[in-house]
Amino acid sequence: MSTLDATGAPAHRPFAGRRGARVGDVVLPGMSGLAALVAVVLIGLIAYKVAAGSRLALSTFGLGFLSHVGWDPVHGRFGGASFLFGTAVTSVGALILATPLALAIALFLTELAPRWLRAPVTALVETLAAIPSVVIGLWGIIVLGPVLRDHVMPGLHSALGFIPLFGPAGPGPGVFTAIVVLTIMILPIVSSIARELFLGVPPELKEAALGLGTTRWEMVRGVVLPYTRGGIAAAVILGLGRAVGEAIAVAQVIGGVDNLVSWNLFAGGNTLAAKIALEFQSSTSDLETSSLFYLALILLVFSLVVNVVARSVVRRVARRQGLVLR
Amino acid sequence: MSAAAPAVFRRANDRLARRRVVNHALELVAWLAAPVGVGILGLVVWSVAKRGASQLNLDLLTKPPVPFAIGTVRQGLANAFAGSLVIVGLATAMTLPVGILVAVYVNEFARRPVRNGLGLALDVLTGIPAIVIGIFVFGLVVVGRGQSGYAGAFALAVLMLPYVARATIEVLALVPDSLREASLGLGVPRWRTTVGIVLPQTIGGIVTGGVLAVARVAGETAPLLFTSSIVGNQIAWNPAHALQTVPVAIFELSEQGDPADTARAWAAAFVLLVFILVTSLGARWLANRSRRKLGRAAR
Repeated sequence: MSTLDATGAPAHRPFAGRRGARVGDVVLPGMSGLAALVAVVLIGLIAYKVAAGSRLALSTFGLGFLSHVGWDPVHGRFGGASFLFGTAVTSVGALILATPLALAIALFLTELAPRWLRAPVTALVETLAAIPSVVIGLWGIIVLGPVLRDHVMPGLHSALGFIPLFGPAGPGPGVFTAIVVLTIMILPIVSSIARELFLGVPPELKEAALGLGTTRWEMVRGVVLPYTRGGIAAAVILGLGRAVGEAIAVAQVIGGVDNLVSWNLFAGGNTLAAKIALEFQSSTSDLETSSLFYLALILLVFSLVVNVVARSVVRRVARRQGLVLR
Repeated sequence: MSAAAPAVFRRANDRLARRRVVNHALELVAWLAAPVGVGILGLVVWSVAKRGASQLNLDLLTKPPVPFAIGTVRQGLANAFAGSLVIVGLATAMTLPVGILVAVYVNEFARRPVRNGLGLALDVLTGIPAIVIGIFVFGLVVVGRGQSGYAGAFALAVLMLPYVARATIEVLALVPDSLREASLGLGVPRWRTTVGIVLPQTIGGIVTGGVLAVARVAGETAPLLFTSSIVGNQIAWNPAHALQTVPVAIFELSEQGDPADTARAWAAAFVLLVFILVTSLGARWLANRSRRKLGRAAR
């Protein structure tokens, strides 16, 4: 009781008496709350600005923009259908190539690799994600493109040419090169999420399966893959979001051929994001600029949907498994 | 099993053999997949190194480009390196305080539903394609005011924000609650606990998160294409005007067919790649180390 003074308050409270204490407890939450608000408002502002920029194109073409093939600055008639088509073909193609490879890598890293090999291989595969898209694009035009054109495309064409996908090869790089480049870019994303999902499978389940006499593959097919199905779907969707939004590397290799809806993967093409990157600065009219904003609006809406869906699934799975996902 | 074994056993045996073959085949596929993943990385890095390193010289870093160069003029991309330095530096300065404050709010002050909402907002921000951010900043700043280094830096800052915030949230979550409770229990106000006790614990993690974010945006082309790309060839440092950057320079050079341009593009790509790989691998290594240290302290 000797530490209490006459008012009954503790005599020694070093910070309580300073005015800074109270003020700080208002200022810091206030400032940090404001910063958090900025992050949220930013999303709204992005949506607003992109929508506002595309208003002219929206009012001129409406939803018909989405189904009209043609980009005609001379007559001021613009449509996004060929770019939607190109985006769909390239990103789905990249997913078809990347998903099995990514899952195989993740399975290798969690089930097969000797322990000392796991950390370095994981780091190397994830480093792939750090390479700038412009560098991958440069590599795509100069190294990958000619190899695919001279060796891979003719081979596929002569062996599988009866399938319309593998038509005669064009002179330069094209949709197929873009698919391979995108595959490289989404591979580390899908494989690193899949790896964390596989690590979260309870060992009891795996041991129980092995104890029943399954082979390792049967254990993977019967336990690991079903257990992580939702998360893998989300990882694939995130990869899709990345592939759809990639502008630079695709712009460098796809050839920039507008108004072409062709199933031939070896021809040139264009995507939403690449069209914006290639065309924006040489836009000749307000309507064309606005139409490019319209393309960006499509990308934005798509990325919002993809991320809200995929990330909520990933997080739900992660919470269930007690994982911390980045 | 001898030939006299009942048929049912023989069938079971055949089936086991088949299962084993399937298993081995798929294990082989997985064993081959890993070298493919690592091999792609090796292939890209190797071709950039092979083509870039031989073109590398001091002129690249110190001399500006010469338009319509005839013959072997000594020219480089010094304007791009200077511009990248300024723009990435500015972007970091813009995003770091905001990102850290967002993380502090999420981890120290926000209630759970708010926290989840902000987590979703950061995810959404991460997922917006860089080209859309470029278009956004064009619509927000460039229309009317024209391109500038500030506009480019702002675009990069938007891209960096979720990374910085996420990295900081992650390390803040590692600071043991006992530390906060001890400080609050001694009568230290909440804000002083946060600023004086909690944040210093996480300084290593915040720095590595910031470095990773820098490594991530230093190679971004799309957000700068419409915000800071209409530039001259002289070396400039003033962000009030548009500045050339390394990724945009590589993009533009790669679109031209001239072998001398391509050679400079490779050299610049090599410098960029080395910078990014060194910083991101270094930061990752540091992050793992400081996380282990924090983890030990928590125990």
